[in-house]
Amino acid sequence: MTDIKFVRDAMVEEQEPPAATAGFVGWIRGNLFSSTLNAILTILSGGFILFVISALLPWIISPTWNAGSLRECHEILAGHEGACWGVIRERWLQLLFGFYPSELYWRVVLDFVLLIVAVAPVLFTGLPRKMLAFSAIYPFLMPWLLWGGTVWLPIAVAFGFVLGFLAHRFAKPIIGGLGGAILAFLVPVVWWLFLAGPVSGGLASVLPLALETVESRNFGGFMLSITIGVVAIAISLPIGIVLALGRQSDLLIVRSLSVGFIEFIRGVPLITLLFVASTLLNIFMPPGTDFDIIMRVIIMVTLFASAYMAEVIRGGLAALPKGQYEAADALGLNFWMSQRLIIMPQALKISIPGIVSTFIGVFKDTTLVSIIGLLDPIGLSTTIRADQNWNGIVWELYGFIGLLFFIFCFSMSRYSMFLERKLQTGHR
Amino acid sequence: MKKTVFVGALAVAGLSAGIAAADTLADVQARGKLNCGVATGVPGFAYTDANGDWQGFDVAVCRAVAAAVLSDPTAVEFVPTTGKTRFTALASGEIDMLARNTTWTFSRDVDLKFDFIGINYYDGQGFMVSKELGVSSAKELDGATVCIQTGTTTELNLADFFRINNLSYEPVPIETNAEAQQQYLAGACDVYTTDASGLAATRASFEDAANHVILPEIISKEPLGPLVRHGDNEWGDVVRWTLNALIAAEELGVTSANVAELASAAGNNPEINRLLGTEGTLGEMLGLDADWAVKALSVSGNYGEVFEKNIGETTPIGLARGLNAQWTSGGLLYSPPFR
Repeated sequence: MTDIKFVRDAMVEEQEPPAATAGFVGWIRGNLFSSTLNAILTILSGGFILFVISALLPWIISPTWNAGSLRECHEILAGHEGACWGVIRERWLQLLFGFYPSELYWRVVLDFVLLIVAVAPVLFTGLPRKMLAFSAIYPFLMPWLLWGGTVWLPIAVAFGFVLGFLAHRFAKPIIGGLGGAILAFLVPVVWWLFLAGPVSGGLASVLPLALETVESRNFGGFMLSITIGVVAIAISLPIGIVLALGRQSDLLIVRSLSVGFIEFIRGVPLITLLFVASTLLNIFMPPGTDFDIIMRVIIMVTLFASAYMAEVIRGGLAALPKGQYEAADALGLNFWMSQRLIIMPQALKISIPGIVSTFIGVFKDTTLVSIIGLLDPIGLSTTIRADQNWNGIVWELYGFIGLLFFIFCFSMSRYSMFLERKLQTGHR
Repeated sequence: MKKTVFVGALAVAGLSAGIAAADTLADVQARGKLNCGVATGVPGFAYTDANGDWQGFDVAVCRAVAAAVLSDPTAVEFVPTTGKTRFTALASGEIDMLARNTTWTFSRDVDLKFDFIGINYYDGQGFMVSKELGVSSAKELDGATVCIQTGTTTELNLADFFRINNLSYEPVPIETNAEAQQQYLAGACDVYTTDASGLAATRASFEDAANHVILPEIISKEPLGPLVRHGDNEWGDVVRWTLNALIAAEELGVTSANVAELASAAGNNPEINRLLGTEGTLGEMLGLDADWAVKALSVSGNYGEVFEKNIGETTPIGLARGLNAQWTSGGLLYSPPFR
């Protein structure tokens, strides 16, 4: 018995990991100095970052916030290098809202806040489903808030969709599916073209509910970019889906129309389409038609985005195994049901990165409108520089514009990564 | 066959556009707003202030015409146009007149079918160099590097000038005026060349403006003026004589300060009386009120006052009158008589 020299009768306490592999020091050793080469690279890039910051910070931190002109900035700085932030203080509202009347800024702000409310239930399935009703109303509310005018016009436009739905519902049993579909398309178009205007005018004269009208010419700055971007993004997705399906269709006319549209639009640079919108349409339209320039630009940007969107979604459709289509057929689903329940949810999920990068591209492409004389942030920076007070300022304006664009685009891309994680169902 | 039908349809559309737009004056009065094309931003000539209002030398012409036609200098829809969109905007009827430092050239007048209604600024291409270079004439610029905006008439003028004088140069192509300022200040080029008014505005924005000189040589003629479409002479007359009224008012000594007093009753200078409508029927002949010129002059005064306020020697741009003085003081401004 006495042979037993040692019996452990208590568990050893858990020890802290060695200091060199845990906590801050451990992280640094593991990630920054794990090998000689990594250590050298870390030191080099650290030095570079320090160099850039030490060059930039003294320029950025500059006591020129209250300066009223570039000359005052020079006086304040007295020969030192530094940014002239007075231009941002004086013009930031103009860069955000353009020439929108300042007492009506609330309408723009409200519009974009409501945009977030309207988009939320579409994106976050955890929210109450009743909020989707507001998302359906929003497309008609948004232009009314931005442009103003009588409330009856958006209502009349919305009524067109109701008419189309009713035509489809009640005509289908009588004249068959195809006739119903054609009527569902024709009735609203006739309503919009010939009746919506007079009816809303009549209603407005009976019950004048109207906001103060704001001309498109007064739109500018980021508000213009966001308006064009959001509308084009929102409309291009459904059009893109239809085009992608059309391109895969067995019906010759549908397929050739889709292919023709996509290839034509993709074969033409956006700036060409914008020039068509700003100059050619003007010449060809009947004289006296006052077709809003921003409308024309939005239509062109939407068409452009739709063509790209269609190809992104077609990529998603092509990535689906054939078995999914066959399974849908085997379940006895018709075309639209199988698309809605089986094909599209998977295809769209696959395409999310492509869709979001198209969105970001469209949003940034809106700066091209400065070339046709619309005053988006880039266009405004030219007129601001033409003010003799600020002539000669470059980096401050572009920096501010770039920062805002970065915030918008970065949040979009983070959001797409979040969506991908959320929709991940473990195929990979 | 189809093609000819299409072309024919276009021609008809274009023709009807021309006919329908032929009475611009009535259109403007019915609309209650003047659509005036301006530049998207040229220092001193067209820019927006902090309140979002358009200001500048070219903008003043738009406001004067709006005042003469609509009795309201704020009844102007300013349409910002770029060098690429300005002519189609005017030809298509999107704007009623263009006041956007546009050079009056033969082909623009004849081939593009516009009417230049006069000249509101005589400009010309000049050179700016740093004082350190020790150059006092453009003819000493042999072998210099020159910052030059591509695709403009200035580029061609520069090539002509150096060829005629048998000098060599190295062009540094740049896209915009802002880029040019950066390049020039960074020393990427010895010389910056563009219109003299643009050089003055650029120089005024430098921290060390005194270290840069604008050389005396002006190597091209750049008569800048407002323009309207061909084929509507009544409207052309309205714009032309509004500009002439501003110029003649300076010659006759009518200013924004005394115009109300001079217009209240006929004085002893018959030309002032005819201009201000206290005598004769000049306004009626134009299809406007008798006091059209009074309204135009009340906005920001006569030509000289507009010049001083926007680009004159008291402003940071600091342009001398030079060629733009009245003919009586050795300049080229010469309004035909109001008779």
